[in-house]
Amino acid sequence: MTSTPSSSAARSSPTRPIRVLIAKPGLDGHDRGAKVLARELRDAGMEVIYTGLFQTPEMIARAAVDEDVDVVGLSILSGAHNQLFPEIMRALREAGATDVLVIAGGIIPSEDIPFLQSLGVAAVFGPGTPLTEIIRFIEEHVPREERLHE
Amino acid sequence: MSDDLLARLRAGDRRALARALTLIENRTAEGEALEAALWHTCGHAYLVGITGPPGAGKSTLIAALAEFLRSQGATVAVLAVDPTSPRSGGALLGDRIRMLEQSIDEGLFIRSVASRGRARGLAPALMGMALLLDAFGFDVIFIETVGAGQDDSAIAEMVDITLLVLVPGLGDSVQLLKAGILEIAQGYVVNKADTPGAPALARELRAAQRLATPHAPERPVFLTTATTGEGIAELGRFLLDNRQALLATDLKQRRQQRLLAEAQYRATEAFAQALQQALTELPSEFLARSPREIAAFLTQRAATFLQGADAPEPDTTSS
Repeated sequence: MTSTPSSSAARSSPTRPIRVLIAKPGLDGHDRGAKVLARELRDAGMEVIYTGLFQTPEMIARAAVDEDVDVVGLSILSGAHNQLFPEIMRALREAGATDVLVIAGGIIPSEDIPFLQSLGVAAVFGPGTPLTEIIRFIEEHVPREERLHE
Repeated sequence: MSDDLLARLRAGDRRALARALTLIENRTAEGEALEAALWHTCGHAYLVGITGPPGAGKSTLIAALAEFLRSQGATVAVLAVDPTSPRSGGALLGDRIRMLEQSIDEGLFIRSVASRGRARGLAPALMGMALLLDAFGFDVIFIETVGAGQDDSAIAEMVDITLLVLVPGLGDSVQLLKAGILEIAQGYVVNKADTPGAPALARELRAAQRLATPHAPERPVFLTTATTGEGIAELGRFLLDNRQALLATDLKQRRQQRLLAEAQYRATEAFAQALQQALTELPSEFLARSPREIAAFLTQRAATFLQGADAPEPDTTSS
């Protein structure tokens, strides 16, 4: 018997891909990190929706709901996280996106992390975090089977 | 299918719509049941296929058209397909970047869709997803294909009208005469009309039509600059007029056309999977044979696999 590689990894995969929204809230204009992560998550088999720069909390919540994502990844370098994150979490709650895993990355001082976690941010990844760590965190924290039978 | 989800859909719950789209996209039992129930109610939405090479401005054009159609009172949904990586099964879906909503509008719904192994610019559950958006009550549904360029003809079988978006600088007029998507589009859009060569491309499109199909009615060519809104109102009005004319035609026939297009795709998919299975189990001694003989063996094996699959009885399929 010979075996040939499947022509389509996507079709033969029995589970659905994890869907992730990568968003840049607020006014900082640097999205290289967000793009690197988006591409890395893609290569880990996830479907990544990247929405670009300057997103308002309402735009992020709207995209998270319409795209029915499992994860919202927020990249922020401007230092405005303590102001923006409460607004984003509120917008997500109001839009009904309560079962979404929210993670954050960028320049966030460690003393701010407990506050963000108290808002419901599941994890904060600082500069230099290995991308594999982020991927593992997502794969371990997305309750995939439950979602399909809501 | 959960009655709760159906009730929330009927009540116009947007989150229920997004979740139901996921169920259909993943071909879950719930999604299949939902889809089966929807075929009898579809056909009120006007489905517009948007195809063309990468970078032609398809997403930006849809965003501009959606804004115009909203101003005319029509509700709009968008299914934007981007390619799935054949290696990882993942996808980077970036069409939304060009479709940013300036204000939160309940009459506009945008969903990014990964192609998940389906060829020709589409995605496996695209028809089912459009069906749901149709049943939910959207007036116009745009389906943006993966920017492939040539032979994107599969989209035409799914939708009411297909627009081909082109930009100057992609080749000479011979490119337009090659067999491909030129024939399947009912309208052409020369986008980035503010760049040199746009009027010439529009002229070439008209000339190519006269050369290729001299007796057919000439299909319109629109010049647009999606980023500034130039030419968008004209194209938008053409779509609304076309929709009006279409809605006056036979609804049953339109439903049947979509139903058969989807059935054909699903059957093709089943054949392809059976063939893949046959290929995986090909005995190595066949590698010494000719391609024609191997193909004959594979076809036989695939047919055997397909015969094992459940085929519904004719009288059980109608409800």
